[in-house]
Amino acid sequence: MSGDALELAAAVRAGVRSAREVVDEHLATIEAREGELHACNLVTDDAARAAADAVDAAVARGEDPGPLAGVPIALKDNLCTRGVPTTCSSKILEGWRPPYTATVVERVLAAGAVPVAKTNLDEFAMGSSTENSAFGPTRNPRDPSRVPGGSSGGSAAAVAAAYAPLALGSDTGGSIRQPAALCGVVGVKPTYGLVSRYGLIAFASSLDQVGPFATTVSDAALLLDVIAGHDRMDSTSIDAPHEPLLPVVDHGVEGLRIAIVDELVEGEGFQPEILDAVERAARALEKAGATVDRVSVPSARYGLSAYYVIAPAEASSNLARYDGVRYGMRVDGSDVATMNARTRDAGFGPEVKRRIMLGTYALSAGYYDAFYGQAQRVRTLIIRDFARAYEQYDALLSPTSPTVAFELGAKSADPLAMYLSDVCTIPTNLAGHAAISVPYGAGEAGLPVGVQVLAPALGEAVMFRVARVLEESQ
Amino acid sequence: MSRLTRAEVEHVATLARLALTDDEIEHFTAQLEVILEHAAQIAALDTHDVPPTAHPLPVVNVLRADEVRPSLPRDEVLAMAPASEDGRFRVPRILDAP
Repeated sequence: MSGDALELAAAVRAGVRSAREVVDEHLATIEAREGELHACNLVTDDAARAAADAVDAAVARGEDPGPLAGVPIALKDNLCTRGVPTTCSSKILEGWRPPYTATVVERVLAAGAVPVAKTNLDEFAMGSSTENSAFGPTRNPRDPSRVPGGSSGGSAAAVAAAYAPLALGSDTGGSIRQPAALCGVVGVKPTYGLVSRYGLIAFASSLDQVGPFATTVSDAALLLDVIAGHDRMDSTSIDAPHEPLLPVVDHGVEGLRIAIVDELVEGEGFQPEILDAVERAARALEKAGATVDRVSVPSARYGLSAYYVIAPAEASSNLARYDGVRYGMRVDGSDVATMNARTRDAGFGPEVKRRIMLGTYALSAGYYDAFYGQAQRVRTLIIRDFARAYEQYDALLSPTSPTVAFELGAKSADPLAMYLSDVCTIPTNLAGHAAISVPYGAGEAGLPVGVQVLAPALGEAVMFRVARVLEESQ
Repeated sequence: MSRLTRAEVEHVATLARLALTDDEIEHFTAQLEVILEHAAQIAALDTHDVPPTAHPLPVVNVLRADEVRPSLPRDEVLAMAPASEDGRFRVPRILDAP
């Protein structure tokens, strides 16, 4: 083990450690465990060594390579990297090398980070176990018979297995927080618009957000500070200066008003150890000077239903671009429509087809208002209910996932059972708010449990303070 | 919720430009019905005076200066296409033969 990102960056900036030595150490860890875990679609070892050498050269010249100097980072393989294969774990994009780089990747590179891998995901980020990858599943480093969660399972596993102290993922309905919980690391879904989506391959554009994985809350703040902020290439990014989070993470929770969300701890399917962890977290926050109540967010219980109309509807539209014309694979046909349809059937896996079908159905004539229109109105209700809760409370608390990591194959035959593992994370995406998953003790079979801290839009400062107290309290 | 029929699934597959196999159509008919039943839980909610939310941010008409900036390199983009010709994407016949 080579320490967390803050320590590594400080050592590299001070010339105490070389970035090359740091990256070689992490590449050796990848080499040792990747055969078993399959967290990566591509290990970019040569490029990583070259980037590390460039950092060392900058230090030797007396320059500051930036706040992530020499820190290895893993990138979810739905983030475009110019000239480097970017697959979304789909056959339809196999071999594609993007002609441009995602803004978040540009920013971590400019801060001195060293990308070591493109990580595995559920195809097009659709899934909760990383079993929907066209290139085979990722295994959980804490127990390789179990899934790492998903869809950013490769990034979560990469951080949990010390491939890199940091990783980037994307979260549309829980795809950062749920795998973070299942792998025992920190994962953040930032406020919608805080981080640029330029170069993130779209799944559901009104819900998608890029965010950090890290082993500590402070490291997650460090990475979010690097990637946050307006980007002219993403018109939906918030056009306001980002207030750095790292300086405030240690400000404590004295006087903060916090509440556990009733609807996110009630209902079937919650393992008792998970609910117990939320209770213990609440007691720890009280001990640190916060008040912790219970609050009802009534429409949150309809989040899953609304999400599984809205997300597939947006996906069916976004994925129309994979038509065998401009990129990726093509299966020939005598006319263009036949070519399109054959390419899409051969290139997409079952879950992606299922969601495209679901979304197309929900948007089709005769069903549009009953499904898509109604889901959008329920989205408004969820936003209103959260707004009411945040009039009284600074942050909310819930489990991240109803269960610990499950066995590979346990839910693959039942899509709905799989969808239910995101029941606690989805409402945040629908509302456009922020949330973080913090490891909080162990559950069934000694596996990691995550507690989720939810905050209103741009409430990251308070959210990180709460998360930091939870981390310290263990 | 009325039962989802095989004919509806075939129609949706055509709209979605997916050349599904018979097996896939059968499989999806059953699975989509279960998922739609769950989605229909929200059908009963009274939302007649609730406006829809399409997007979580109140951004409308984001404007910028109309200035010429570099775009993606055409050759690099076309090199990634399944087929190209004379600086364009090449596709099979679109209109019927004369």
